[in-house]
Amino acid sequence: MLSSGINVLFEGSNMQRLLGGLLITAQIAFISIIISSLLGIVVGLMMTLKSRVLQFVFRFYLEAFRIIPILVWLFFVYFGVTNMLDIHLDGEIVAVVVFSLWGAAEMGDIVRGALESLPKHQMESGKALGLSFWQLYRFVLIPQAVRRMLPGAINLSTRMVKTTSLVVMIGVIDVVKVGQQIIERSIIDFPAASFWIYGLIFILYFIICYPLSILSKKMEMKWES
Amino acid sequence: MSMNWEFIMSALPLYEKAAWLTLKLAFLGILASLGIGLLCSIVLYQRTKGLERLVRVYIELSRNTPLLIQLFFLYYGLTKLGITLSEQTCAIIGLAFLGGSYMAEAFRGGIESVSKSQIESGISIGLSKLQLVRYVILPQAFAVTLPSLGANCIFLLKETSIFGAIAIADLMHVTQDLIGMYYQTFETLFMLVVAYLIILLPLSLFLTWLERKVRYAEFGN
Repeated sequence: MLSSGINVLFEGSNMQRLLGGLLITAQIAFISIIISSLLGIVVGLMMTLKSRVLQFVFRFYLEAFRIIPILVWLFFVYFGVTNMLDIHLDGEIVAVVVFSLWGAAEMGDIVRGALESLPKHQMESGKALGLSFWQLYRFVLIPQAVRRMLPGAINLSTRMVKTTSLVVMIGVIDVVKVGQQIIERSIIDFPAASFWIYGLIFILYFIICYPLSILSKKMEMKWES
Repeated sequence: MSMNWEFIMSALPLYEKAAWLTLKLAFLGILASLGIGLLCSIVLYQRTKGLERLVRVYIELSRNTPLLIQLFFLYYGLTKLGITLSEQTCAIIGLAFLGGSYMAEAFRGGIESVSKSQIESGISIGLSKLQLVRYVILPQAFAVTLPSLGANCIFLLKETSIFGAIAIADLMHVTQDLIGMYYQTFETLFMLVVAYLIILLPLSLFLTWLERKVRYAEFGN
């Protein structure tokens, strides 16, 4: 029964549909990672400024996303914010908004950590050479910081890709939802469908995340040596 | 927007029950993942042939896939192999499967932090490999590992929020039910956030405190 069940993956257009769902998942992850990288750099730079108020505000922002689970944030925006403002937002939009805000906070912390880990004399030498504020960041600090933050940033991307699996809970037709639809439709012809469909989705996520985590580990080792 | 306090009071017992269930499952899952993590890290440290490769495959599989898919596979997929598990057992196994690899990494970091001279001294006074692990490495590694173990506990507690997806009446599930039945969206979400804050905020503060303590301990060395 189990061995013939694998055919459910190739029945009709099932495989195309699953990959189509994966594309939605990948889109949400990709857009969120881009937005959170850009926002994260701004947040990180602002966190290194010696302003007590800014530091407090960003600390609070970061901790809010670290303490409250992401699924709660998704629910909060999908059900709560839309209800309060009396608007309708698609699950995809909510997912991108929540993931971007979360990613920007985490990325900001990574950028801050990288900038603060740079030896002080780098900044002082730059200043002594008479570089302007922008030149200092553009030519001295950012190129060095980027190398230090890349492993962490890639790690964060892996986490964000994994977290996209949650969007099924707010009604997005992602790879998990498509899988559920196929399982429900083929329950009579392929009773073992759930084993193969969820197995495939498991492997698909692994195929995306594994190379990323190897890359980040390699970079970390290269940087340490 | 005014709060419907009457509704909040009437829903309070539901949330209380759900919070205890979440805590119970998280506790058992974390306990199991500590055991798995410790075993895996010892296997990796001792370089037990065969087992080492198995542990590495497990760690990569567990770290690079989402818990939701792991749970769906356990709960819906494995029944087709004739293995039927209750929702709660699935949740605990899933959490332990995910957490085991994170705990293993944390323990490994601690073990690697024990200085070579400690291990060499242990060997030179004739300790067996097991004695070395038990009396020299683990006690020292433990202190260094504590903060990352704590961080993993918070991470796993947060991950429990998706248990609702396999029909466990946890905080998310209760919230979804109440929104569907009574449309008291604002109140239910408010209670959801407060419930998670009550669980996670003290833990997070404790962890920050612990981290500072351990850093002092390192300086004292």
